[in-house]
Amino acid sequence: MVSGPSDIAPAVADPLALKILVAGGFGVGKTTLVGAVSEIRSLQTEERLTEAGRPVDDTSGVAAKRTTTVAMDFGRITISDALVLYLFGTPGQERFWFLWDELAQGAIGAVVLADTRRLADSFAAIDFFESRGLPFAVGVNCFDGATRYPPDAVRAALDLDPDIPVVLCDARVRESAREALVAVVEHALRRSAEARTAVT
Amino acid sequence: MTPGWFDEDAGPVVRPYAMTRGRTRASGEERLDLIALVTALIGGAEELPADVALPGGQGLAPEHAEILYRCRRASESVAELATGLDLPVGVVRVLISDLLETGLVRISRPIPAAQLPDENILREVIDGLRAL
Ligand SMILES: Nc1nc2c(ncn2[C@@H]2O[C@H](COP(=O)(O)OP(=O)(O)O)[C@@H](O)[C@H]2O)c(=O)[nH]1
Ligand SMILES: [Mg+2]
Repeated sequence: MVSGPSDIAPAVADPLALKILVAGGFGVGKTTLVGAVSEIRSLQTEERLTEAGRPVDDTSGVAAKRTTTVAMDFGRITISDALVLYLFGTPGQERFWFLWDELAQGAIGAVVLADTRRLADSFAAIDFFESRGLPFAVGVNCFDGATRYPPDAVRAALDLDPDIPVVLCDARVRESAREALVAVVEHALRRSAEARTAVT
Repeated sequence: MTPGWFDEDAGPVVRPYAMTRGRTRASGEERLDLIALVTALIGGAEELPADVALPGGQGLAPEHAEILYRCRRASESVAELATGLDLPVGVVRVLISDLLETGLVRISRPIPAAQLPDENILREVIDGLRAL
């Protein structure tokens, strides 16, 4: 076979792949937010679960295994030839934390979406990111008909550290969804700069 | 058409397992990150070399070929390949590791989790998002 120029793999370096997670309770706007800023797809993960909802290692009998498929939102934003940002939105319930553990590895940070009518639905995600030390911002999704609260009232209700950004957003609007993502990256940047000055 | 013993009606659970011959785990040590980038080492060729075989001696499944086809010009992440093939991530990981062992793909792993992305990169992400 004679190789023409088109057969030669491009000598371009692979882009750097980064990720941001989008968390929050059911119906809080995760799918909407990912879809507003990127082409959205549904990603099927297939996990072996025990009754307790934790992944297990190989067990002898097939009967002992239970395979569950969990769908998550997945989007891609091409920042440049050298940089690709992936978004993952997954269910916020604690039984999916084994998924979060993998997703949180190496992530820039997370947006935790909150609905002021049921703030408690965001507690699990906030606890998770706080305990893992992953930078996160809270996006208060302003649903029609819900009372508007100032960000500081939400901060107090969620008992957030003063440095955690709280932004009001409408997940349906691209610019607004984008600002929630920017808030997380800016927060990660500040964290990184603080860590650097603390060391030197 | 391959005279396979499964068909679409067998449903999404039987099919993936048939495709990976029952394996649920990739043979490699560590599991491939969802955002690891996969690039086919077949250049821009539209056709696969006819004599390619997997480590076990079997030929490629259509899904292996589809993975190669998708990432032959530009890399795709493990997660993108899974959504593109409409298969669970676990199955796609096994297929990719087959291709890796055969030397048909190259994997570029993301920044190690312990290492924060560089501040300049974070600034680039912010600018990139603002330009959306
Ligand atoms: N008014 C308003 N509705 C929203 C907003 N975000 C999402 N929704 C709606 O809320 C519903 C649930 O959103 P969805 O993205 O599916 O939530 P998920 O379960 O977190 O993925 C959908 O009907 C959305 O159109 C928002 O910011 N404002
Ligand atoms: Mg959803």
